[in-house]
Amino acid sequence: MLADMLQRLFERSLDDRAQAAARDGQWLPELWAEIEEMGLPLALLSEDQGGFGLSPAETGEALRLLGQYAMPLPVAETMAANQLLAAAGLKLAAGPAGLARADSCTVDGGWIKGTVARVAWGANLDCLALAVGDTLYRIPRAGWAVVEAGTSANFHPRPTLTIDCAIEASAPLPWCPLAGGATVRAFQTAGALEAALQMTLEHTATRVQFGKPLQKNQVVQHELAKLAGELACATAAADLAAEALSRGDLLGVAAGTLRAREAATAGASIASQMHGAIGFTREHRLHLYTTALWAWRDEFGGQVMWAKLLGQAALDAGGDGFWPMVTKL
Amino acid sequence: MSAIPFLAPPADSEAVVALREEFRAFLGVQLAGRSPRQRSDNWYGYDRAFSRAMGQAGYLGMTWPKAYGGHERTAFERAVVVEECLAAGAPVGAHWIADRQSGPSILKFGTDEQKDFFLPKIAGGLFSFGIGMSEPDSGSDLAATRTKAILDGDVYRVTGTKVWTSFAHEADYVILFCRTAGTAADRHKGTSQLLVDLKNTPGLTIKPIIDLAGQHHFNELHFEDAAVPANRLLGAEGQGWDQVMSELAFERSGPERFLSSIELLLQLLEVLKGRDSEAAQITIGRVTARLAVLRRLSRSVAVMLQEKQDAGLQAAIVKDVGALFEQGLPDIARELFDCEPDPRAASAYASVLANIVHNAPSWSLRGGTREILRGIIARGLGTR
Repeated sequence: MLADMLQRLFERSLDDRAQAAARDGQWLPELWAEIEEMGLPLALLSEDQGGFGLSPAETGEALRLLGQYAMPLPVAETMAANQLLAAAGLKLAAGPAGLARADSCTVDGGWIKGTVARVAWGANLDCLALAVGDTLYRIPRAGWAVVEAGTSANFHPRPTLTIDCAIEASAPLPWCPLAGGATVRAFQTAGALEAALQMTLEHTATRVQFGKPLQKNQVVQHELAKLAGELACATAAADLAAEALSRGDLLGVAAGTLRAREAATAGASIASQMHGAIGFTREHRLHLYTTALWAWRDEFGGQVMWAKLLGQAALDAGGDGFWPMVTKL
Repeated sequence: MSAIPFLAPPADSEAVVALREEFRAFLGVQLAGRSPRQRSDNWYGYDRAFSRAMGQAGYLGMTWPKAYGGHERTAFERAVVVEECLAAGAPVGAHWIADRQSGPSILKFGTDEQKDFFLPKIAGGLFSFGIGMSEPDSGSDLAATRTKAILDGDVYRVTGTKVWTSFAHEADYVILFCRTAGTAADRHKGTSQLLVDLKNTPGLTIKPIIDLAGQHHFNELHFEDAAVPANRLLGAEGQGWDQVMSELAFERSGPERFLSSIELLLQLLEVLKGRDSEAAQITIGRVTARLAVLRRLSRSVAVMLQEKQDAGLQAAIVKDVGALFEQGLPDIARELFDCEPDPRAASAYASVLANIVHNAPSWSLRGGTREILRGIIARGLGTR
C-alpha cells in the first residue's frame, strides 16, 4: 500500500527536471510537502512513538524505493533521524532532518559548539540529531551556520556546519547515528541496484550490435547474472543491518553496510560497462544510480572505519570464537 | 517488487538456540581429536563412525516423517546442524549426499517399499550414497546422458559409464541418472533414475579417479550389462529429468556452498593473533561481512524451500556468489600472512592452506559449474 503510493508519487514528481534542479542544489519544496503528507518521515517509528507500526518488510520496501527512484532529498536521513530522536525520547523533526556524529564538539554549561562535516542538505534542514560521546543532542536549524559548501558524488549538497548554540534538548544516545544512517543507505543501495539491473536488462535487450541484441551474447548474460548476485547481496545486507540495529548490535550493522558498499561498487561497475558509452552520459538515467551508489558507499562512516570495527571483533574472537560470532550477526 | 525476491529468515526460536548449543556440545566431544588439516576436508571428510553417531543422536533425516526414522523437525533446525557441522569441519561425507538429496528424493518419489528400506538406514547414519549424474561426455550437459537401462523381465540391464562419483568406493548406493528409452538426441525425454547397490551389482566395476592433490574421492563407474532389480526404479520411467532437477535444488543453496574453506579462515585468525595489523582488521572485516550476508541469503533460500516456493534462481545466486567467496579465501590469506603451502607440513596453517589451495578449483564445478549457474540466473532474469 505505502509502496504503491510512493511509487506513484515518485513516478510523477522525480522527472529529469527535478533531478537536474536537485543537482544544482535547489530544494524541491512541493515534493517534500507531499512526502510529509504521506507521513514518510515517521515511517520507522512504532505506533507508540507516533508512527504507523509498519513491518520491517514494509519499511525496507519504502527505503529501497527511495534508492530505486534516486530520491535526491534527504528523506532516508529524516526517517533515520526521527527514528533515533524517538528512541531517545526527544522531539521529532518538524521538517527534513539530518543525523551525524561529531565527537570533537565541546559541551559546556548548557552550550554546544563545534563542526559537523558534510551533512546532506545541511542548509535546508529543520534539525539535526547529533551524537557527541554517549549523548544525543537535538540541534535546531537556528543553532548552526553553513561554513563550507560540499557536494556529494551525485551532486547534492553536503555542507559543513558550525554548531554554536544553547542545548535545547539532549538524552542518552540510543545508538550511533552512523549506524542508523548506514542502515538506510544500505536499503537505498539495494534499491539503486534494482533500478540499475532493470535498466541494464532493458538496454541489453534493445541494443543491437553485430545483428543481435547484446543480451544474446553469453558474456553479457554472465555479467547480468553477476549484477543480480550483487543486488541479492545488497538486499540481504540491508535487512541484516536493520535487524542488527533493532537489537543494538553494531557488528551486524557493520557487516550489512560493508557488504552493501561492496555491492554498490561491483554493481555500478557492471551496469556502467553493460550500457557502453551511453551509460557515461547524462542523457541516460543510469548516471542517477551510478553516481548515487558512488556517493552512498562512503557516507555514514567510511568503509575502512566499519571494516576495522568488524575485523577487530573477528580477530578478538579468534579461530574458536569466530563462527559463534558469525551466527549472532 | 524486486526482480529477485528473497524471504527474510525468521529470528532463531528458543528451540533453535537450544539445538545449536546442544549440537555444539555433541561436536565438541565427537571431534575432539580432529586436526585442523582433517577439519579442512570439510564435507569431503568420510567417517562411518561419526555418521552413525549423528544418526543415533537424531541429527540425520531430521525433517522426515518419524515413520521412516526421521524426526519431524523444521528445515531450520536441520540447517543449524548442517552449518555447525561444516563450520566445525566434521567428517560428514558418509551421510552427506544421502541426508541432503538422496533421502529427500526417495521420500518424494520412492515406493513405500523403497522408503521403508532406505530411509531408516539413512536416518540411522548406516547408509551412504553417491551421485550418479555426470558421464565422460555429459558433464554440465546432463541431458546428453548415454547410460542405458533396458527393462528385461524383473531387472534393468544397465550399460554405460558415470564419472566423478565421490566415495563410490565406500558408499552403499548411488542414484543413477540414465536413459530407459531413446538416445542422447532425445535429451530430457526417456530418462529415469535407478537406485543402484554399489556393493552387490554384478557387471558394475568401480575405478578410482585420483584428484590433483593425490586424493581418492572420485570414481568412475562402469556398467556392463549390469542387472538392477526393476523395483529399484525411483519414481516413474521417463521422469528422470524432472526428478534430477528437483534433486539438484536440494544441492545448490546450502551452507556447503560458502563454508568449504572456513577452516583456513579460522586458522588465519589464529596466526594473526597479536599482530595488530590494520590491513588485517580491514580485510577480515570485509570477509566477515561477506560471510554473514551469504549465510543470510542461504537461510533465506531455506525459508523459501520450506514454504514450497520456487527458489531455483536464488539458489543459483547463492552458489555462484558463495563459490567466489570460498575460492577467494586462500588469496586473502596470502595477502595477510606469508606461508608456503605444504600438504605434508606438521604446521596446521601450512597444511590447511595447501589443502584449500588444492581443492578450491572444484568448488565452482561441482553441483553446476559457474558458467551453467550464470546461465540459469540470466534465464531467470528473462534474457533468453
